[in-house]
Amino acid sequence: MRSTLKAALAALATVAFTSGGTFGDGHSLTGNLKIFLDTSNPAPRATMEAMIGRFQEMHPDLEIDVTVIDREEYKTQIRNFLSANPPDVANWYAANRMRPYVEAGLFEDVSDLWQDPEIAANLASTKGALTIDGKQWGVPYTYYQWGVYYRKDIYEELGLSEAADWEQFVANCQAILDSGRKCFTIGTKFLWTAGGWFDYLNMRTNGFDFHMSLAAGDVSWEDDRVRQTFANWRQLIDMGAFIDNHQTYSWQEALPFIVNGEAVHYLMGNFAVAPLRDAGLTDDQIDFYQFPVINSAVLLAEDAPTDTFHIPANAENKEAARAFLKFVVSEDEQTEINNGSNLGQLPVNAKSSVDDDKFLREGFAMLSTNSPGGVAQFWDRDAPAEMAKVSMEGFQEFMVKPDDLDRILSRLERARQRIYN
Amino acid sequence: MSRTDMPLIGRQSSWLRRNQIALAPWLFLTPVVLFFLFYVIFPIFQSFNVSLYEWDGLGPRKYVGFRNYEYLYWEFVDRDAFFVSLKNNVLWLVLYLLAIPAGLLIALFLNQTVAGIRLYKSLFFFPFVISQVVVGLVFTWFYDPTFGLLNSLLGVFGLGPVNVLGDENLVTYGIVLAGLWPQTAYCMILYLTGLNAVDPEQIEAGRLDGAKGVRMLWYVIVPQLRPATFIAFVVTIIGALRSFDFIAVMTQGGPFGSSRVLAFYMFEVALSEYGFRMGYGAAIAVTLFAIMVVFIAYFLWSMYREERGY
Repeated sequence: MRSTLKAALAALATVAFTSGGTFGDGHSLTGNLKIFLDTSNPAPRATMEAMIGRFQEMHPDLEIDVTVIDREEYKTQIRNFLSANPPDVANWYAANRMRPYVEAGLFEDVSDLWQDPEIAANLASTKGALTIDGKQWGVPYTYYQWGVYYRKDIYEELGLSEAADWEQFVANCQAILDSGRKCFTIGTKFLWTAGGWFDYLNMRTNGFDFHMSLAAGDVSWEDDRVRQTFANWRQLIDMGAFIDNHQTYSWQEALPFIVNGEAVHYLMGNFAVAPLRDAGLTDDQIDFYQFPVINSAVLLAEDAPTDTFHIPANAENKEAARAFLKFVVSEDEQTEINNGSNLGQLPVNAKSSVDDDKFLREGFAMLSTNSPGGVAQFWDRDAPAEMAKVSMEGFQEFMVKPDDLDRILSRLERARQRIYN
Repeated sequence: MSRTDMPLIGRQSSWLRRNQIALAPWLFLTPVVLFFLFYVIFPIFQSFNVSLYEWDGLGPRKYVGFRNYEYLYWEFVDRDAFFVSLKNNVLWLVLYLLAIPAGLLIALFLNQTVAGIRLYKSLFFFPFVISQVVVGLVFTWFYDPTFGLLNSLLGVFGLGPVNVLGDENLVTYGIVLAGLWPQTAYCMILYLTGLNAVDPEQIEAGRLDGAKGVRMLWYVIVPQLRPATFIAFVVTIIGALRSFDFIAVMTQGGPFGSSRVLAFYMFEVALSEYGFRMGYGAAIAVTLFAIMVVFIAYFLWSMYREERGY
């Protein structure tokens, strides 16, 4: 689970030393740099290790020590290592997901990095997601779009086209149901997938600002506007649009339904594309479109979760850590680590180029030109952890038992009053 | 010479040496007692202390008195998560005990001498040897609503499909059944060893008095299996209260929290991905401890009685 890269990096360092480049801010960094990562899946791990190798090349005198922790375990270990045994750099997630650590004083204020004109200009789009109390607490390194992934070949077979509004979305769905398929695959066993549906339905029904007020606990869950969101959701549920027994599946276990053509759409993040391709679907069979308009009076807004790097407040080598954060967000590194053969996601630096992959291109265009309402992180990153947990459980229950909506909403309202006061 | 030396040595020897016999057991016990105090007794009081605070595990604590217990009370009244967990804990305790009669039945069935009986016994004992996580996974696949064996079987009889792990009313029974599989094997092995010790003369005597079948079992065999039954009871109760693994593997407490038990709920609110309520988690732990104390006290009391020979 854990590995040290020292040997490999030392070898790289020697190479770098002989090539003797002039990099960095003029003076070389020394000492140790301890980095903790949660990128335990093979592709992200290789990407990170290569990136750190390039940083080592620039700073041959720096002793870099990398620890990779299993992605799920990292989520519970972070609170221990931040206070007991802090590294110099650790990765995490933006928005409310970092709030507990910011409020406990465990993350370093890196507003000074954001003063840097290059960062200020090129990273402006994600600044909000890293800001709490007017200060910035880390830097982003990647983000990805959410949207409706669908089976293009089945659309062609049924003579359908990408829906631009809710009526067409529902009509498409009816045509799909009539052909003996399900409209949407989803696996809600781990709850967050239902959070994605709620994000889109609520942002399209009531707009981004309302959605954020709800996440911030300023609106009652029993408000009529919230009920309208659930009424729209219910329209799809009553049609039988979602696969049966979704409460038993993880998001990966829900993939075979779309792969086998038993369901046609998947509302997901861009990370779903890789497993769909691996399962044998070609780019002629899968495509992507933006979640359609429901209420034309509100501006379109999107989910685009951002993954981040932070410096723990008790880090020992903050100078090297700052240099590393700067390096990660630089134009070239962003182009490199987010390309199709590495993370396959979107670069956070506006000057970087997006890889020539149709999903990345479409997603990037959508987020930069067609999301005027705002960009949300994701329900479980925008709402406080407890509220996210309780509400996503409510969403799952609603999808199974839509008649119990009143009881569910009153439970969420009680939770809101306890959590935010 | 020697007669005068002997008492001299005795008088000169140290206090330690004189009390050797009395001290030795305490010396041997010391490490265990220290570990027990530090890792078991001390955390019990610490948990109770934490349960009086509101604390996210990172920042400063805030003393809130019994408010966490008050929340638990309201969750109980509103039939919310705490009520569901408590109800499921009771279900687990009652249904898990089925492992004892089931284990006894299988043990009686296997307690014969035919060719290859050792193999059969091993096969029946097998589920106890594999990890609980694996048992949980196997049952998850078995129950799978689309591809699972259970629904294929039901389909043969024109029944189903049933989504056992997705149905709030069935899910706990489904998980308990998965748990019973290895637990029955455990009880079986306890009874198999117990049956070896049954006195053949008493059976003979019973037979002379005309006892057979169920009467023989109930009045002659089962009373002799008392020690095995006691152990089976203890391990089964403890197993039921430790049902965390199965739930974590099979449902994560879902659907919408309907398969939670107290241990899992405590983990969820305090330590899981979204859990930051240490105080509340501790309050649940204290409640769970209070339930366990009833059983622990009973076990200690009956062991004490046994020791004194009734």
